[in-house]
Amino acid sequence: MNNPKEKIHEPLFHIVKRSKDALPLWKSWLIRAIAIVFSLLVCSVIIVLLTNQNPLEVFGALLKGSFGSERKFWNMLQNLAMLLCISLAITPAFKMKFWNLGAEGQVLIGSLCSMVLMFTVGDKIPNLVLILAMLAASILGGIIWGLIPAVFKAKWNTNESLFTLMMNYIAIQLVSFAIMVWVPSGSSVMGLVNSSTKAGWIPDIFGQKYLFNIIVVAALTVFMFVYLKSSKHGYEISVVGESENTAKYIGINVKKVIIRTMILSGAICGLAGFLLVAGTNHTISKDLAGGNGFTAIMVSWLAKFNPFVMVITSFLIAFLQRGAGEIATNFNLNTSIADILTGIIIFFIIGSEFFINYQIKTKAKKEDK
Amino acid sequence: MIATIASFITAAIIQGIPLLYGSLGEIITEKSGNLNLGIPGIMYVGGISGIIGGYIYEKSVEAPNPILCIIISLAASLAGSALMSLIYAFLTQTLKANQNVTGLALTTFGVGIGNFFGGSLLKLFNESGSISLLETGKAYKTVLPFASKLGLFGETFLSFGFLAYSAIIIAIITSFILNKTRTGLNLRAIGENPATADAAGINVNKYKYLSTVFGGMIAGLGGLYFVMDYTAGAWTNNGFGDRGWLAIAIVIFALWKPKSAIFSSFIFGGLYIICVYIPGLSSSAKEIIKMLPYIVTILVLIFISAKNKKEHQPPQSLGLTYFREER
Repeated sequence: MNNPKEKIHEPLFHIVKRSKDALPLWKSWLIRAIAIVFSLLVCSVIIVLLTNQNPLEVFGALLKGSFGSERKFWNMLQNLAMLLCISLAITPAFKMKFWNLGAEGQVLIGSLCSMVLMFTVGDKIPNLVLILAMLAASILGGIIWGLIPAVFKAKWNTNESLFTLMMNYIAIQLVSFAIMVWVPSGSSVMGLVNSSTKAGWIPDIFGQKYLFNIIVVAALTVFMFVYLKSSKHGYEISVVGESENTAKYIGINVKKVIIRTMILSGAICGLAGFLLVAGTNHTISKDLAGGNGFTAIMVSWLAKFNPFVMVITSFLIAFLQRGAGEIATNFNLNTSIADILTGIIIFFIIGSEFFINYQIKTKAKKEDK
Repeated sequence: MIATIASFITAAIIQGIPLLYGSLGEIITEKSGNLNLGIPGIMYVGGISGIIGGYIYEKSVEAPNPILCIIISLAASLAGSALMSLIYAFLTQTLKANQNVTGLALTTFGVGIGNFFGGSLLKLFNESGSISLLETGKAYKTVLPFASKLGLFGETFLSFGFLAYSAIIIAIITSFILNKTRTGLNLRAIGENPATADAAGINVNKYKYLSTVFGGMIAGLGGLYFVMDYTAGAWTNNGFGDRGWLAIAIVIFALWKPKSAIFSSFIFGGLYIICVYIPGLSSSAKEIIKMLPYIVTILVLIFISAKNKKEHQPPQSLGLTYFREER
């Protein structure tokens, strides 16, 4: 059919998927590190263009946001701990390929449950009983919010990402409703609750307000690592995530795994809500979770669902957000610059995954073989 | 009573137009198998780019020409949302990144851009106050000259700016292209099964890129309508709110059909503001009524998954990355 003398058209390069673990670990981390360096370069160019300041000064401000003073350092640690806590919560679900976009709502419901108790029976029962009751209520609230979409997913394969997303807004409206009831003046801002009696406030440890949260999250990190890596549940989660058909074939009850994992995921989100109300904020607003429910997804994904790596990725995000806040106040900019920088860095890191998972083969290389 | 109902319908349509643009953009994108969760961010960028374009033009000339106001801000808005969707298409198509994570990052990024420039645009130009584009806003709000002469009918259905009618026209054209042309058939084939489409000789990459970028540009117009027509050229940070996510919900409610999206958007627009029109509601009860659009979406989700009808399902390859050599 074809003229045999006609040169066969061959593309200049083609893309081949690397076999699993073909790339040594250090090389894959090197690629990610290069991506982060590039993204920081892009970020600094943008900031310098916007502020007309010496780049070194801008980087100085970035560092100062987290390490400028002892208070700033503890604030950064607190942000890191909360982000990490929510990331740990969604990790088992995501590893199972259950797209839980509802962490935001699950955290809010958790904090709402705590707040209800703190507000209504705060000064009527002993503090320890109150705190334990708040903890239980928060976890229960988180579980219910995570369980509803999971049940429908298991029964009818209902799309979970949109379901959980909508649950967020129902939670937000419930919180707005509660605030409207509790603060009748119509200012719709709730002040500190029980600021005189400190009922339902977790006491300072070694004089540090945030240490309790940090210890809890650290313990949770270790637990989640062991749970995912060494327990039977963790194994079942990874099989379901890799292939639902394989899981069914080897006799795993997929529906049971989905429901059980979402109970765990919702429970930890509820715990995060409890920590926010009892440990740090002592008040509630619809922005309490502050978008961390979504940022957590990226933290968990970038860390490849490894809880210890998540400490690093959530540090990166918390550090950036603090630093960008500092830049914003120093150079009189809007704090949303933090979101822009976070976006750029995440684009670079998810883009770099391509070079880890795929290999570009050029024509010349192929002829060598 | 009739006047109240008429004003409610008008308000529902006004609220529905941005949702319609967003859901049309998402339908076009999803038909190619790309689940773009960055649409909320793209809509913010579509709005702020239009504002930036209009602001620079209004600042640079003495007496702004209304037609140029519209052309410049429209072009800026389209360019901004096209760039945003190009980021998404490049990461998910060329670099084969996960669609959900890319989309969420794009939303964070886009909302950040909107609020950053919304909050700092004037400071960057060494001015103070808040953004308000009087001339451009007025140009967008120009309505048919005879609308007010047609009584209640004219006020209820004909009193909108041109972007409102364009949304409905775009919906009808989209429906035609998707269902009646070769291009639409190819696009739907890719969304169902990219490997089969590839084997049939359809350029999968080209179609996915184009539908994502076109979809993004249409969605961005929703942001533009909101800032230019609804708020008449003023920007408030986070003013656009969660409408982008509602637009994605409407895609499901309309079962991926552009024509159904028209009425779905108006229904959702109505649910969004119905609390204002129910007399005697306390402010706390209003917050409960505001849950309605989300609860309705959930019920629809459950309903279509329980029914499991073939024609009510999303494109089969939705959310999956296509790599030719993988099987």
